[in-house]
Amino acid sequence: MATPKDFGFNEDINMLKDSYARFLSEQATIEKLRPSLEGTEDPYHGQPRVPFFDRDNWDQTVALGMHAVAIPEDQGGIGMGLVAATALAEEIGRYALATPLTNTLLASFILREASTDAASALLASMAEGLRVGLALYGEDGDLGPTSTDVQVTGDTLHGQSWYVTDAQKCDVLIVSAAGPSGIDLYQVDVNAASVTVMADTIVDLTRDQAHIQFDGTDATALTTGGQGADCLQAAMPALLTLTAADIAGAAEWQLQTTAEYAKVREQFDRPIGFFQAVKHPIVDMMIATDETRSLVYQAAAAFDFDRDDAARCAHLAKSSASDTAEFCANRSTQLHGGIGFTWEADVQIYHKRQMHSQFLFGDGVWQRQQLAALL
Amino acid sequence: MSIKSLTAEQSEFQTFCRAWLEENRPPQHPVPLPQAAYEVTDPSHLTYLSDWQAKCYEAGLIASDLPKEYGGHGMTGCQQIASNEVRAANVPYFINWIGLGMAVPTLLECGTEEQKKTFLPPIFSAEHIWCQGFSEPGAGSDLASLQTSAVKEGDQWVINGSKVWTSLGHFAQYMLLLARQDKGNKYGGITYFLAPMDQPGVTVKPIHKMTGESGFNEVFLEDAVVGDHLRVGAVGDGWKVAMATLTSERGAGVGVGAVASESPALVMKQLIQLAKDTQRNGRSVWEDPVWRDRIMKVYERTEASIYNSRRSRLKPLNGGAMRIPLQGKLTGSEIGQAVHQIALGILGLKSSLYVGDAKAPANGKWPLGYMNTYTGTISGGSSEIQRNILGERVLGLPKTK
Ligand SMILES: Cc1cc2nc3c(=O)[nH]c(=O)nc-3n(C[C@H](O)[C@H](O)[C@H](O)COP(=O)(O)OP(=O)(O)OC[C@H]3O[C@@H](n4cnc5c(N)ncnc54)[C@H](O)[C@@H]3O)c2cc1C
Repeated sequence: MATPKDFGFNEDINMLKDSYARFLSEQATIEKLRPSLEGTEDPYHGQPRVPFFDRDNWDQTVALGMHAVAIPEDQGGIGMGLVAATALAEEIGRYALATPLTNTLLASFILREASTDAASALLASMAEGLRVGLALYGEDGDLGPTSTDVQVTGDTLHGQSWYVTDAQKCDVLIVSAAGPSGIDLYQVDVNAASVTVMADTIVDLTRDQAHIQFDGTDATALTTGGQGADCLQAAMPALLTLTAADIAGAAEWQLQTTAEYAKVREQFDRPIGFFQAVKHPIVDMMIATDETRSLVYQAAAAFDFDRDDAARCAHLAKSSASDTAEFCANRSTQLHGGIGFTWEADVQIYHKRQMHSQFLFGDGVWQRQQLAALL
Repeated sequence: MSIKSLTAEQSEFQTFCRAWLEENRPPQHPVPLPQAAYEVTDPSHLTYLSDWQAKCYEAGLIASDLPKEYGGHGMTGCQQIASNEVRAANVPYFINWIGLGMAVPTLLECGTEEQKKTFLPPIFSAEHIWCQGFSEPGAGSDLASLQTSAVKEGDQWVINGSKVWTSLGHFAQYMLLLARQDKGNKYGGITYFLAPMDQPGVTVKPIHKMTGESGFNEVFLEDAVVGDHLRVGAVGDGWKVAMATLTSERGAGVGVGAVASESPALVMKQLIQLAKDTQRNGRSVWEDPVWRDRIMKVYERTEASIYNSRRSRLKPLNGGAMRIPLQGKLTGSEIGQAVHQIALGILGLKSSLYVGDAKAPANGKWPLGYMNTYTGTISGGSSEIQRNILGERVLGLPKTK
């Protein structure tokens, strides 16, 4: 089946995107983040950074119903697809926001593939506003669906999960763990006594990250019989597409911000954007961003309307997005000159977010390996 | 409005196009056609390709949406469908690409009723081949510095000067001509004409391309004569009219058919096949991760252009009407060039074997095609000029001039 000519962006989804964008544009996301960074600048002597969680923003997001977009109607959600979720993810990236909405969207697509009562129950709790985190990977950061350092014995987990994004903003974790029948997904309470969350010191100033220790932690199985790896595999196109959308939104911000700066900053008696060594790379940022954005929309449409082609399209989208993240971050800093290299400049915040996003669920080289295997 | 589905008329037309193209595909010409219409010089190719274009026109695949009084077929929303089907059908290209792609949109936008009624139908049927006389030896990227002069004498203009890189000049009956009626006014001193080529004051001399092919020419204009009724737009408005031509040339207009015999998607498929079929170090190139990565990167960009053109038609998602269309020629030509560079790398030493060598892989199409990609990166405003235009017109950066 072919994807629709409008990528499935019907009137409802365009309205959803607009209203979420309007909401975020009034949120002053960066200004609110700034105070949490004060005193943490110096990597040698600075204070450890306490991850910033804009709870008020989240409460309003829930009040608006945005968190429930991809939760099925049967579980109290709105029951929209990846096209709608992608529209939101792009705006999250544009405003460089670390919001539990990201993990909520990702988890919605994982749990939709799980089809157990426990998964349905978790979706229903998420519809009520419960926040989830994803603990899928082991310490070496291998990206395959069987990558985990957590073992399951009976109903309890032992071991560690690594690279858990926004760990400090969640109530429960979806943990990938290895048992006798293979990989399964489990739900654990992040506040349980046997769970230790160890914050990582990371480059990205918008998100937080942790590794997490489980010492005989009680867990509810979300998949059974070793179905966890397949479940992750089936949801992976959605995870890739949402992450690529975040990058596309942030890249558009980098493009517009750099173009604006090139119009006002004057050197040699002219705005620097007059010079082609400045002008042309900004155009290349636009080209990269547009390619990524089109591939992202196609990937979302494929997931909703042409599932057989979803994996191919998602690898294309994240391949493009990862390279766009690197390129736009690189040029945005360079073309701002000294000011772009400072802590004060917002371009550094987006730059670091893109550095992080570039590798989430695999960078361009990884995506292209996966892609080639499909052709 | 959602363009998710076709109207009944459109979907009926699509079915018709498919069936018609299948039934009417012309037999291959005994001498292989060049890769694109830019390189056609063999008169027997001209006849073959003109006949084919005329047939497609009669069937409604050309001028589908244009009014009947201009020789069109009076349909709505059907040209895009016809063009997509023509491109997908792997049939010969349309020889009159300058006529269809540049003269038609220019006349529709700026021509008089009389001009539209007279000139459009023979363009569609390829009865009149058109060429574009813009560039001069001293006027390339800085086109407005052109010096060919136009002097009004009675109700006609006398033209003197020379044009260069004139594609199809060797076959053309008419030229889209830019000439200067006022030496003192760079942009306001240019007037736009429809100049007849079959006259004593016009001499056409072929130029060979780096590939060894020809297809473009020098054109010398010595007291050539053009009637005032063949002027497009007001005297001194030539630059404005030329912009209409160039916008279409750069891919921002509604395309009619294809100018090359193989679509980028098809060439991409051939590249992957080439990698699978080529052995290196005891395994196929396709299994070499370095080559795979390079191939997948251009594959990604080729796919992105397909979805870019889809997105460019969606108002809420396109970031402005001209943002994506103005990227078309630039990205298309650069991606095509990268695809060919990779193909040459995969071939290695075999890439040295050129057209005419019995052992040349695919008759030398990869090195030939690679060289011909510079047509796209240089003509119609070079890639550098396209980046200026995008920076200035889309992003609002200060003008380079
Ligand atoms: C295959 C082919 C077919 C053609 N067919 C036609 C035709 O049918 N009719 C017609 O009128 N013309 C035709 N042309 C001409 C074409 O439009 C010109 O070649 C083109 O506009 C470039 O001009 P130029 O060759 O004088 O190069 P130049 O303008 O001299 O450019 C040389 C180099 O300098 C760069 N450059 C120049 N100015 C700038 C600037 N401001 N900023 C940055 N870089 C700059 C260019 O990008 C290029 O890399 C054709 C060209 C080719 C190659």
